[in-house]
Amino acid sequence: MATVTLLETNGLSRRFGGLKAVDGVDFRLDRGEIRAVIGPNGAGKTTFVSLVAGRVPPSEGSIRFEGEDVTRLPAHARVRRGIAYTFQITSIFGNLSVFDNVALAVQSALAKEAGFGARLDEAEIRGRTMTALDLTGLAARADQPAGTLAYGHQRLVEVAMGLGLAPKLLILDEPTQGLSDPEIADFIGLVRTIAETATVMLIEHNMAVVMDLATRITVLDRGRILAEGTPAEIRADARVQHAYLGT
Amino acid sequence: MSAPAIAAPRKGLADKAILLHVGVLALLLAAQFVLPEYHALSLTRVMLLATFAVGYNLLFGYTGLLSLGHALFFAAGLYGAALPAYHFGWTAPPAFLAGIAAGFLVALTVGAVALRTTGVAFMIVTLMFAQAGYLATLYFGNVTRGDEGLVLTDAVRRFELLGLTVDLADPGLRYNLALALLAAAIAITLVVVRRPIGRVLVAIRENEARTLMLGYDSYRAKLVAVVLSGTISAAAGAAYALLFAYAGSSFASIHYSIYPLLWTLLGGAATVLGPVLGTLIMFYLIDLASGFTTAHLVVVGLVLVALVLFFPKGILGTVRERWLPWLP
Repeated sequence: MATVTLLETNGLSRRFGGLKAVDGVDFRLDRGEIRAVIGPNGAGKTTFVSLVAGRVPPSEGSIRFEGEDVTRLPAHARVRRGIAYTFQITSIFGNLSVFDNVALAVQSALAKEAGFGARLDEAEIRGRTMTALDLTGLAARADQPAGTLAYGHQRLVEVAMGLGLAPKLLILDEPTQGLSDPEIADFIGLVRTIAETATVMLIEHNMAVVMDLATRITVLDRGRILAEGTPAEIRADARVQHAYLGT
Repeated sequence: MSAPAIAAPRKGLADKAILLHVGVLALLLAAQFVLPEYHALSLTRVMLLATFAVGYNLLFGYTGLLSLGHALFFAAGLYGAALPAYHFGWTAPPAFLAGIAAGFLVALTVGAVALRTTGVAFMIVTLMFAQAGYLATLYFGNVTRGDEGLVLTDAVRRFELLGLTVDLADPGLRYNLALALLAAAIAITLVVVRRPIGRVLVAIRENEARTLMLGYDSYRAKLVAVVLSGTISAAAGAAYALLFAYAGSSFASIHYSIYPLLWTLLGGAATVLGPVLGTLIMFYLIDLASGFTTAHLVVVGLVLVALVLFFPKGILGTVRERWLPWLP
């Protein structure tokens, strides 16, 4: 299968005052990958994916998605292009039902397909929402207020919302943080399912998850790309070991 | 904590909600046959003001935007209808449409500017717009006759429609027109909150940053809410001017920005019928209290304190929370 570049950044930088959180990153992501972005704390991982999602404007550099320059697009327009972002700190609508949380994502995707002003079909929204809830194992909890769920399930609501958007690129920011081991095992299976239809980019601290899931790994350190390669290559990379262990 | 969310539309439950609203409107329709004249007239007023509150609630209750300037939209409808009727002798139907159009344009303009701000700044900007509007009605006193107001003649309130002579001075007709307007406002609110757009408005109220990250242009959605809310408010104002043959500056004053907020809070923000109930209770509270004391606002104040203590989410908001989770 010919590889197609989905996302490309050139010289992407973001300064916060004197700090260069992201510093001249040239990054390429192919369609169909599961890419892990790892690095020590403060390496700029969250800032980098926030730049891609449009939550943070870049200081310099450009972002191309499906060959088109999206650097100046606001976040909501990038979501409509197919870049979905799930939050590191769970940011769901706590007072709304689980169903409504995911339905919001689904109707956004439907609105994109139907075009502005088109009448959305509530049955279609319902069907796709229940599909996303089935996939994440949340169907039985559809009517509960999302804020009353256990933490692990709230993380799954985030993922279900990401799925509901039917994205081309799903960005998961530390998705397994705070999950128990059995929950993590389920989660790995879920990401594999998602990856059948979408490209996945995840920030992750849990190395077992990274090595298990990722097709390629990008290592960030102090805002720059330190190394990039397959899990095996990264594991063998002396610079990565140095950055992580400081020896 | 904000009010609980609207329930997701479900078959069966949704029908129960429709039945309830149709039932309430049927009750109001039947009331005119049993109520004495004085109370029928009061209820006519209450239904128009409740329409105003229903419009306000769409923005405040569902979208979570607290406007302190809705008197401007009510007054835009009021004067939009009264001025052409008074100066150019327009009859009621075109004057009513002119009031609605005026409200639509004012809401679009004010919304486009005020929505660049959020939170407290939004309250202040809407308040300032409304005060500017109020002062304008006084400044152009030669056109609006300021506080004294415009009194519409019976000629503009009597017109031919489909071969019938309609006279807006007729109390029974006024009652039913006010009811029809309220029914329309309730129907619009129900449709909006049960359609996908309603879900987006509630999402903006709950967490605007997240709503953006789901791909929604929240500015555009909020502008839709302001325009819809302002236009319904203006329709109430236009109907008020035409049915009661009067338009004065007091309707543009700060009081008429605060009233819909109080009515909505009393009845329950983000419930479709809450503003109607709140308007009814507040109106009769003032009416009854002023019967035995000139300090009737003290009574109103005590009731509001009790409300905050025992019904922090308003009457219907609390009812929904405790007993009827399906209430839209």
